[in-house]
Amino acid sequence: MKTTILTLAAALIGGAAWAGETAPGDVVYADGAVEASLTGTPGDAANGAMVVGSKKHGNCVACHQVSALADVPFQGEIGPALDGAGSRWSEAELRGLVANAKLTFEGSMMPSFYRVDGYVRPGNAYTGKAPDGPLTPLLSAQEIEDVVAFLATLKDE
Amino acid sequence: MKVRAMTAIAALLAAPLAAVAGPDGDELVVNGEINMVTQTEAPAHLDGALPELYSGWRFRSDETQALQMDDFDNPAMVFVDQAQEAWDTADGTEGKSCASCHGDAAESMAGVRAVYPKWNEAAGEVRTLEAQVNDCRENRMGAKAWKYDGGDMAAMTALISVQSRGMPVNVAIDGPVQATWEMGKEIYYTRYGQLELSCANCHEDNYGNMIRADHLSQGQINGFPTYRLKNAKLNTAHARFKGCVRDTRAETFSPGSPEFVALELYVASRGNGLSVEGPSVRN
Ligand code: HEC
Ligand code: HEC
Ligand code: HEC
Repeated sequence: MKTTILTLAAALIGGAAWAGETAPGDVVYADGAVEASLTGTPGDAANGAMVVGSKKHGNCVACHQVSALADVPFQGEIGPALDGAGSRWSEAELRGLVANAKLTFEGSMMPSFYRVDGYVRPGNAYTGKAPDGPLTPLLSAQEIEDVVAFLATLKDE
Repeated sequence: MKVRAMTAIAALLAAPLAAVAGPDGDELVVNGEINMVTQTEAPAHLDGALPELYSGWRFRSDETQALQMDDFDNPAMVFVDQAQEAWDTADGTEGKSCASCHGDAAESMAGVRAVYPKWNEAAGEVRTLEAQVNDCRENRMGAKAWKYDGGDMAAMTALISVQSRGMPVNVAIDGPVQATWEMGKEIYYTRYGQLELSCANCHEDNYGNMIRADHLSQGQINGFPTYRLKNAKLNTAHARFKGCVRDTRAETFSPGSPEFVALELYVASRGNGLSVEGPSVRN
């Protein structure tokens, strides 16, 4: 009984989260790029900058330097600097890169931020424990759009 | 003008990063007398996966490094003293202490740390130092097993490691341990968790690089147990593995589990040739 209710609740929550959004499994990639917005709502570049810099959100600066976020301390050097990314890549390419970089760079160390399956021993966030329900993507659909909007502002001088 | 100013700023920003990239060139001599090998040729079994081996000590700040250079400064040494007391104290139904059978640890335990984990013929298994200590406690002393990654155990392994400081790590990888070693290798290269990161992603492909505020080392275990400034206690290798796996948003393995025993054997073998440093100091 209890299990049924829980499952139902999870299904409802899951359903609600994707309402009007493209669910991770439904994203259409073409050569790694994603043409259509995941939400239909234009990205908010300022929030995208927050997501890129914040440890609690995208934490992209763990691996990338971003000169536009010079006030964020301790920028990593695992991947290339993101400066000029908006000139190097189209919006669709950026969306694909952030959602699932492995489709652009095979075997990339960059995590897939909008994917929920195909993992080996995925955990419940950073608890080290098994997940207690279906996985949620690392970033929400709107956060992906916000990050893409921010990256698009990073133009070559 | 504007361009020049920007270039100057860029140069300033780049400088601190350039300064920390890669291992530093410092030499580790403990107490002015134990010369540690912190850099050496990679063992043949690595097949070129690492061009050279570096101890994690070479990636730490000068301040952290200094703490390991003199036992009076090394915060791990109080635990070695505590373990010496435990060594000499009877425990369990047999009324025996470690010393009852092993005498002076300085003699009986010299060289032991360097070859663990190793095959135990009678038990037919690969044993870590922790597993061996608990085997003695349970089966030879009639005492309760210590928590695998708890304080008593970490302290005892520190006492045992100290007797091998400066000796080269030299774990066997063939014969009866080979299957375990292969399993450890597979775990090392598996990309776990929702971040899909393997040990190798960080410690083989990116040692020397910064990941956020952390300067990545090769993830060697020649310095274990390790006193970490971050949690102000001695840490076992398995506790460290657990933390690293957890940080990939994965379900971890447990300390003492067959998976971590295999991983320890494999990771130890990646350090064959480095000096035993335990107990070391890290941030
Ligand atoms: C664990 C490290 C890691 C994290 C975290 C990470 N990336 Fe990456 N990223 C990489 C690597 C490595 C590459 C280089 C591609 C390759 O060779 O795999 C890359 C490539 C990229 C590129 C293309 C590089 C270019 O030409 O500009 C973009 C854009 C990018 N990442 C954006 C992001 C964003 C946005 C985030 C956060 C949402 C992020 N990355 C998080 C490792 C990371
Ligand atoms: C009753 C005697 C006895 C006591 C007490 C005892 N041990 Fe042992 N210990 C042995 C024997 C015998 C061996 C070798 C056995 C084997 O290979 O399984 C051994 C092996 C070891 C080894 C492995 C040495 C090597 O060269 O591989 C370590 C480490 C060790 N003991 C630690 C301890 C510690 C620490 C204690 C106290 C907590 C302790 N022992 C108490 C009998 C004892
Ligand atoms: C996301 C990157 C990352 C991954 C993946 C990772 N680690 Fe680490 N690990 C770190 C960081 C950061 C540190 C602290 C700085 C350092 O020594 O590299 C560390 C430290 C260590 C240390 C301590 C080294 C010392 O000198 O005391 C060991 C051992 C270690 N890791 C082993 C592993 C093993 C084994 C795995 C795979 C199960 C693993 N790590 C996966 C980031 C990672």
